[in-house]
Amino acid sequence: MPYAPATDDDLRHMLAAIGVDSVDELFADVPEAARMRGELDLPLGVGEAALVARARAHADRTLDLSRTPSFLGVGCYDHYVPAVVRAVVSRSEFATAYTPYQPEVSQGTLQAIFEFQSCIAALTGLPVANASLYDGATAVAEATYLAEQSTHRTRVVVLDTVSPQVRDVLATYASAYGMVVETVAHEPGLGTVDPQRVLDALGDDVAALVVQQPNAFGLLEDAPRLVADAEAAGAVPIVSADPISLGVLEAPGRYGAGVVVGDGQPLGCAPSAGGPAYGFMAAQERYLRRMPGRIVGETLDADGARGYVLTLQTREQHIRRERATSNICTNQALCALAGLVHMGWLGPRGLEQLGAIQFERAGATRRRVLDIAGVTSPHGAGPAFREFLVELPVPAEAVVEAAAAHGMLVGWPAARGWPALPAGALLVAATEQRTDDDIEALAAELERCIAEVAP
Amino acid sequence: MTAATTPPGVHPATEPTLFERSRPGRGSARQPQAVDVDATLADLPPSLRRSRLPVLPEVAEPTLMRHFVRLSQRNHSIDSGFYPLGSCTMKYNPKVHDEIAALPAFARMHPLAPASAWQGLLELLLELQHAIAELAGLPEVTLSPAAGAHGEFTGLLLMRAWHRERVARGEVDAEPMHVLVPDTAHGTNPATVRMAGLRTHSIPTDERGGMDLDAVREACATLDIAGLMLTNPNTLGLLDEHILDIAEVVHGAGGLLYYDGANLNAIMGRTRPGDMGFDIVHVNVHKTLSTPHGGGGPGAGPVAVAQRLAHLLPRPRIVRAADGTVELDRDPAGSIGPVSRHLGNVGVLVRAWAYVVTHGRDGLRRSSELAVVNANYLLELVRDVLPPAFDRRCMHEFVVSGATVRRDSGVRALDIAKRLMDHGVHPPTMYFPLVVEEALMIEPTETETRETLDEFAAALRAVVEEAQADPATLHAAPLTTVVRRLDEARSVREPRLVAREVAADITPADAD
Repeated sequence: MPYAPATDDDLRHMLAAIGVDSVDELFADVPEAARMRGELDLPLGVGEAALVARARAHADRTLDLSRTPSFLGVGCYDHYVPAVVRAVVSRSEFATAYTPYQPEVSQGTLQAIFEFQSCIAALTGLPVANASLYDGATAVAEATYLAEQSTHRTRVVVLDTVSPQVRDVLATYASAYGMVVETVAHEPGLGTVDPQRVLDALGDDVAALVVQQPNAFGLLEDAPRLVADAEAAGAVPIVSADPISLGVLEAPGRYGAGVVVGDGQPLGCAPSAGGPAYGFMAAQERYLRRMPGRIVGETLDADGARGYVLTLQTREQHIRRERATSNICTNQALCALAGLVHMGWLGPRGLEQLGAIQFERAGATRRRVLDIAGVTSPHGAGPAFREFLVELPVPAEAVVEAAAAHGMLVGWPAARGWPALPAGALLVAATEQRTDDDIEALAAELERCIAEVAP
Repeated sequence: MTAATTPPGVHPATEPTLFERSRPGRGSARQPQAVDVDATLADLPPSLRRSRLPVLPEVAEPTLMRHFVRLSQRNHSIDSGFYPLGSCTMKYNPKVHDEIAALPAFARMHPLAPASAWQGLLELLLELQHAIAELAGLPEVTLSPAAGAHGEFTGLLLMRAWHRERVARGEVDAEPMHVLVPDTAHGTNPATVRMAGLRTHSIPTDERGGMDLDAVREACATLDIAGLMLTNPNTLGLLDEHILDIAEVVHGAGGLLYYDGANLNAIMGRTRPGDMGFDIVHVNVHKTLSTPHGGGGPGAGPVAVAQRLAHLLPRPRIVRAADGTVELDRDPAGSIGPVSRHLGNVGVLVRAWAYVVTHGRDGLRRSSELAVVNANYLLELVRDVLPPAFDRRCMHEFVVSGATVRRDSGVRALDIAKRLMDHGVHPPTMYFPLVVEEALMIEPTETETRETLDEFAAALRAVVEEAQADPATLHAAPLTTVVRRLDEARSVREPRLVAREVAADITPADAD
């Protein structure tokens, strides 16, 4: 046994102390009819070197995106993760601790979460934040549950420029607690939603309005106006924000957002095929006692020294049970720590730079791609954050497949998320990791694939 | 660091926050292609530009690293000492798993890439799905849920979807709305029932520590039953001896059985939830399959289901295509929809896969057996000073009661737990399950040596003796930790949830 230390001698000694002759006797409570007769249908165990070899064999059949540039985004981005992040999160003291139920021996995790909450509050401009949620999509869903519980209203209005995967998860969640989701479509020539259409959709049965800023096309909604209209209609204005964008875009709390959520993946987490990363949530004070999940607070110990504890736990499942604000228990603490270290490494000016670079890279990539014959920009040439939509003269699905066969990820066929878009619509993302050479490689690959796919 | 470098007015035991270490103009990051911010953002509507920079810490990397290393030293962890936190399965987390998850091909892969680009990783995930199905004794699996509670939520959505189909087929008139949950259940169970739009009906515990079968029968005869949620072995560390009868009664009433996999570490290769009659199972890979807990996540909570529920599983599904490749079915008919933004916590699942490969069918079974041996051995070492709540052999964990100690000395389970910290071990889970007075729930796991169990038992015995001789010390404990007992009530009365530097920047006027 690789990790269980008991020797035959240990086992004899322990079984004797227990007063049984065999391990089988300890399983006597398993009803006869439920006992496993045969063995699990799995191979025998292997040693560490053999395990690594098997893992490498799988890795060898997986495209290594550290060697080839990726322009695929859609909520999972290839940002640089500084080495110090890995150095901190691989410390056993953080990685192999449990949820900090016993604060006197968990001050490291607790203080880190407190600092994480502080950074999220600073980014969003809101006074309270929690210790993280699973991802940005479930964070939106949890925010609408908070809104439903706060307003006792039954409808939620969502702009269709919220990422498709987020809208889909929201639909799954909303069906559970019986909330109706209404989607407001964007203006095809603009890529943003007309605020008047949103205003028309709001009403006295609307619990929440969900706006994503920047939206899924990388464009900026008139979020301050949308938030104000939602507030005026008595709905909770929920803004789903990209954390890097908050280095340069106004803090939603300052224009009145009630709850700000988002996906923390861009700050500190490798893409890792979609997880683990973390969702975050910040809110106005009035929603504090309805917030889901862990919250850390500062307090004093018996000697008057400062320390940190899990607080306001009467919101939570282990105390409140069926009246809890959510069922969430384990969240994404180590990923939130990664985010904290990344934010500490960047500082305010580093985050501002990083935010600006996303606009610059998206602009540079779009300009180059539009040089390709037949490629057009449905949303014009205005500022785009990290991601933008183009229309290819051939179906994007075929181009994406062809490029992947050549070992390059050129984007995402946008009609998968917005069925009304033409088949040529391609969503392209360019982070600070994409060099000018990478952009040239993308353009060359697109030209090649368009020619390959064209009839 | 000593008090000499602690900021003025701060207690010497205090570790300054990153914000307190911040000095304007310091920082670490240099971007690969620096830009002129104002020129780059010239076309942005001014109303959308950030009016002032966020109050993030400004520190150089050496300060950053030292800060977090110092914070880490203020944590107890599995790698620093014994962690017998009941119900949490704090077993050793193999280091090679972290290396494997960090392989660039895995760590950099994108979840929306065409399947052709990542057949290797998808094949790995398919192997894990098979292993989860084997352990659960149920054929079809989703890896999407990010944690146990997320798996519970997924499971109850599947339960509801199943009943809605029955309504649509005319088999029942209306969707059944009640879920039976034992009074020993984790709080996540009733909280999940509510979140899924259903109602909890609590079932009392019988004199053997199992679910009261008569109460189950009565509920099934009088209520519309959507299903039952049960951890088995339950949170008392006891296997419910009547599980087959319970399954029959619940199924007879049209309900489904949900297995909370929190305690799966007790039974691998010995019995399977599917063999016990369960229809839906979640597995906490951060418990049984040894992925790091991370101070509260990330975990993963794959869900296995019976064949008749397979079409309802969340999308996307990882499936074997007719041509032998692995594909992502992004739009299977009948699915309840996605529960995660992408595919769940793949980086965690890779570690779980590694655990399964290393152990194999022989090692998984052996792990459970040794977990049960360790728990029973430890129980024997402490039962005369802290009696078990139910006098039976336990499975992988057990619950003792400090009720007698409290009556004799005034010392509570909380005090015992805090004093154990001074012996260098993490305390057991306290005051859970709720049905046991002054409960301490102890789970040693299979990765601890007999010597560690002996030392822990000696420490626990010493603390109980001390309770009689010197209760004041226990009330004051812990005495040797980086901070003393913390005032949780104060944190609720006067919530301070963000650093002062940040709070000062967020004025109420901003919300207007």
